[in-house]
Amino acid sequence: MMFAVLPTGLTTPFHYQFFNNGILVATIAGALCGLLGVFVVLRGMSYIGHGLSHAVFGGAAASAVINVNYFVGAGIWGVVSGVLIGRIARRRLIGADAAIGVVTTASFALGLALLNRYGQAQKSIEAVLFGSVLGVQTVDIVAVALVAIFSVVLIVALYRPLLFATFDPEVAQVSGVRVGLIEALLMAMLSLTILVTMRVIGTLLISALLVIPASIARMLTNSFARMLWISPIIGGVSAFSGMYLAYFLDTSASATIILVSTVIFIVVYAVTGLRGRTRISGLHHV
Amino acid sequence: MSCAYDSSVAVRHVDLSIRAGDFVGVVGSSGSGKTTLLKAMIGAITPVEGHVTKKPGLRVGYVPQVESVDWNFPVTVLEVMAMTRSANGRMPRITKSERASALLVLERLGLAGLENRHIRELSGGQQQRVFVARALFHKPELLVLDEPTSGVDVRTRHEVLHLLADLHDEGVSIILTTHDLNGLAAHLPRIVCMNVEIIADGSPIEVLSSDVLERTFGAPMEVLLHGGLPVVIDNGGTDFAERLSRLA
Repeated sequence: MMFAVLPTGLTTPFHYQFFNNGILVATIAGALCGLLGVFVVLRGMSYIGHGLSHAVFGGAAASAVINVNYFVGAGIWGVVSGVLIGRIARRRLIGADAAIGVVTTASFALGLALLNRYGQAQKSIEAVLFGSVLGVQTVDIVAVALVAIFSVVLIVALYRPLLFATFDPEVAQVSGVRVGLIEALLMAMLSLTILVTMRVIGTLLISALLVIPASIARMLTNSFARMLWISPIIGGVSAFSGMYLAYFLDTSASATIILVSTVIFIVVYAVTGLRGRTRISGLHHV
Repeated sequence: MSCAYDSSVAVRHVDLSIRAGDFVGVVGSSGSGKTTLLKAMIGAITPVEGHVTKKPGLRVGYVPQVESVDWNFPVTVLEVMAMTRSANGRMPRITKSERASALLVLERLGLAGLENRHIRELSGGQQQRVFVARALFHKPELLVLDEPTSGVDVRTRHEVLHLLADLHDEGVSIILTTHDLNGLAAHLPRIVCMNVEIIADGSPIEVLSSDVLERTFGAPMEVLLHGGLPVVIDNGGTDFAERLSRLA
């Protein structure tokens, strides 16, 4: 039992194994999205994170319809979507933002159509949009934890090249950093994160947790290194508190987690004042 | 060597040698291929025709245009310096010896005590010098600067010019791009005028003529001599002033 010191009523949710599993996986997923969100926000990739999570929805739906393993189907779909975005964006007439918009909305619409035609549409769509954090299986916890460990190890090992390639990719390339490889690794981490967390916390929550904690961390510090631990803490705390509150408020866990992180954003925005606003307005989003 | 973006040629048939000890300014209007030429030289762009040959093991330091820097990015001066030492699996924390070497370079460029400042908190001249410091951190033999005096005030321009002259005196070869004919290019020992291809290459006295400048910038200009230095007069501006005086 967790939190035995709390009054009985407040510890009630922790009496249920499904809740303990849910809050554990949501907290790890929140911290993981917060960690990767630092790169997403600073590289102006907010829309890519948002888009990829929606694109994977198409793969998840197709996997369900043709009865293929979720991780295989959604994983292949995510990679294909990423490649398509890259190919379309390379044609200079169409910007990266438009390419992401075309591929991800098409993928999302296809997933929706497949579920309408062949699946239990309403139930499946809700599960993908908002996740089913209370229906978490052991495999989900293991998958999220493994991706989290992999991401932390990779970020510590490649800290300087990641920082250089994020801040100044052109000079990094000239200075011997393999920028293409670094960017591919970053996209792989992002795709893996979306893949293992989507079934649990849903598309909308992934998008929110990739952007909001990192933006809060940016307002709180001028240091990249500090952002890398403040953002996961905010992501984890938001997820934990949101899950806990959702139990008592009888609201969607994903929606409550987003609202908790939004409240933290508003408070920090107000407290840090003009300095924070200047930093946030300086973040470019593609 | 030629470079292109999609089907648009940015640099055509350029044949240029930079020798040890050179101090070269590349001048030309916007879109004349100056930055593309520098990027091809440092290996950031691959030529579509021809090639760039460098002395084996040549250490090159590159200073980008300050306008291209994201000043809101959360890094301090010291972190910017340490970035250049990203290879060979270096750990996140800046080591004592790295810190000591970085502080020496910062002191040399008049930036002592600013190592823990966020880059946005610096003045224009200090920001420019931080990126020169980053380039100098791994002791380059060739320093490549893209528009080092663009968008800076006169005092900062003087600071940057004196700094570059000092570095050149210490044996660093320098190539830079500039729009600034009178404030910068006319003071350099060698100028290359570019308009997609090389129009002229030589000392300011040899190169800065009305004919060369018109072919380089596509606009009429007059050149006078003042104290042994060529001074470029923009005729278009003179005509405009005359038209205004007639209206008055």
